[in-house]
Amino acid sequence: MSEVASEVIREMKREFKVVGKSVPRRDGIGHVTGKTVYVDDISFPGMLHLKMVRSPIHHGIIRNVDFSEAEKVPGFVRVLTHRDVPKNIYTILCLIGVGPDEEPVLAVDRVLYKGEPIAAIVAETEEAAMEAVSRVKLDLEELPAVFDVEEALKPDAPILKPWGTNYFIYEGHHCRRVRFGDVEKGFAQADYIIEEVYNTSPIEHAPTETTACVAKPEPDGRYTVYTNTQALFFTMDNTALILQVPFSKLHFVGGTVGGGFGGKVDVITEPIATLAAMKTGRPVKFKYTREEEMRVSSTRSAWRMYFKDGVMKDGRIIARKVISYADSGAYNRHTPYAVTKHAANIAGPYTIPNVYIDAYCVYTNRQPASAMRGFGVTPASFAVECQMDKIAETIGMDPWEIRFINAYRNGDMRPHQKVVEDATLIEVMKAAAELVGHKLPEHLLKMHSWDREKA
Amino acid sequence: MPSRIVAFNLNGRDVEVMVKPLTTLQTVLREHLHLTATKSGCRQGGCGTCTVLVNGEPMLSCLLPVEDIAGQKVVTLEGITPIEGLHPIQQAFFDNYAIQCGYCSPGVIMVIKALLDRNPNPTRQEIMDAIAGNVCRCTGYEPILRAAEDAARRLQSA
Ligand code: FES
Ligand code: FES
Repeated sequence: MSEVASEVIREMKREFKVVGKSVPRRDGIGHVTGKTVYVDDISFPGMLHLKMVRSPIHHGIIRNVDFSEAEKVPGFVRVLTHRDVPKNIYTILCLIGVGPDEEPVLAVDRVLYKGEPIAAIVAETEEAAMEAVSRVKLDLEELPAVFDVEEALKPDAPILKPWGTNYFIYEGHHCRRVRFGDVEKGFAQADYIIEEVYNTSPIEHAPTETTACVAKPEPDGRYTVYTNTQALFFTMDNTALILQVPFSKLHFVGGTVGGGFGGKVDVITEPIATLAAMKTGRPVKFKYTREEEMRVSSTRSAWRMYFKDGVMKDGRIIARKVISYADSGAYNRHTPYAVTKHAANIAGPYTIPNVYIDAYCVYTNRQPASAMRGFGVTPASFAVECQMDKIAETIGMDPWEIRFINAYRNGDMRPHQKVVEDATLIEVMKAAAELVGHKLPEHLLKMHSWDREKA
Repeated sequence: MPSRIVAFNLNGRDVEVMVKPLTTLQTVLREHLHLTATKSGCRQGGCGTCTVLVNGEPMLSCLLPVEDIAGQKVVTLEGITPIEGLHPIQQAFFDNYAIQCGYCSPGVIMVIKALLDRNPNPTRQEIMDAIAGNVCRCTGYEPILRAAEDAARRLQSA
């Protein structure tokens, strides 16, 4: 055994206080006694409630919004429109260095999805706020809507973005591209060409606790914001930028999240609730109803992925071309970033000498998609592994074998120009086989990630 | 319509609340009495996070007008939590990691309480049937089943 290998094994057998042990949960006692304080459990004397006036249509021009009947509802306090928002644009992308940001906090003259917020109503009680919302008269002109990524890229599709395309522009390109080797040459040499298309649907995170926050004015002129965001400081930064106030004006309190799964990173309730607290001088709660959580909160984006693989009789994949489309919905949120991650991962954890990838971030009139558990990568893994099974079946090879043969190893070059380090695919597959009681043949058991067996 | 006074027994104590017609028990607990262990995941009977016991039976407090339980006995998670330490069911949930985000836990624990009061030695299937109305979106159902079985053992040996 090499010295490195014995060192690794020594390290694995070491006893730690926490690693490899079950330790009691710090928040567990609060959870089993119901003493954990979630955002909706917080209330203050004089607290107001905020509810959104939302678009009932998928795409349209806002001609007029009439609040006169809403104002008559007992308990109505005030309305907030785009004119009240100091910088009426979400700044999610600029904070992760992607851009451009294009989603208004409150719609200005156009709505791009059903449920898009047009105005906020603040009232003494939640019921009064809902009642007032129901009495707002919207005069909208409906426009044609598009719900399919490939439809959205056709020349006659309604254009949703001010820059004139229904796709995100990556450094001057219409999609995120990866070019590695020469796929056409690979296809020409291949014994088999194996093509398939994979689709995934949008998925709602559906946390048991809906998205919520409470913003409270403090005597020193600051605002305390209690929130169940998954990204506390990111949300504070966004809120400060939207409200054009120094960060020191805001004190964000969070960390207790009743389920998030990526659905609570979008910075959707805090800026407007804080603005309402500023405009009224009173604490304001903004909590999504279950219906809002399901209908308007972001989802995992839907994907369509076209695969074309060139495969040799011995199982080696020598060329892979993928054209994929992410449905970002009406706005960017985190999808342009998801597409970049997708492009880096859609070749799979396999070493393929010729790779060609075009990954599009496409806008449609669906509710915006955003982060969810490995977003961009999880749909890629689904497609890649279905494709691996299809290849195995087509060429008549064992599905384990096909994966071992193509598995990436330390030192291999990835299509996006990164050298593989610390690969563990082969080791993980061996462990998985053992766990499910599958006996792998000797020649596969001899393989490992840290070098290649001599041919 | 005018408000009226409703009296009931809450966690062994008589309480009176002044409510508008159709105010739910959930609203009374959370907003009038500030007892927030009873959660509010949907307010439409779909998630089970608001479960409380009414005369020992698990009920969704979000669907229950408080007037309907006038004079009856309500027990919430606060009512089974000892001043010090934990109820055996709570201890079993804690020890078996049957909690992730914890938002479903109060409802699930109350359902298990009702089940074990009625059936001290339930089968796995009976536990599954009992929690059929409780959504755990962190999908910790397996630890929840283990915790319920463990709780049954603890209560029987107590
Ligand atoms: S809040 Fe009562 S079932 Fe969801
Ligand atoms: S622990 Fe999160 S919903 Fe059950």
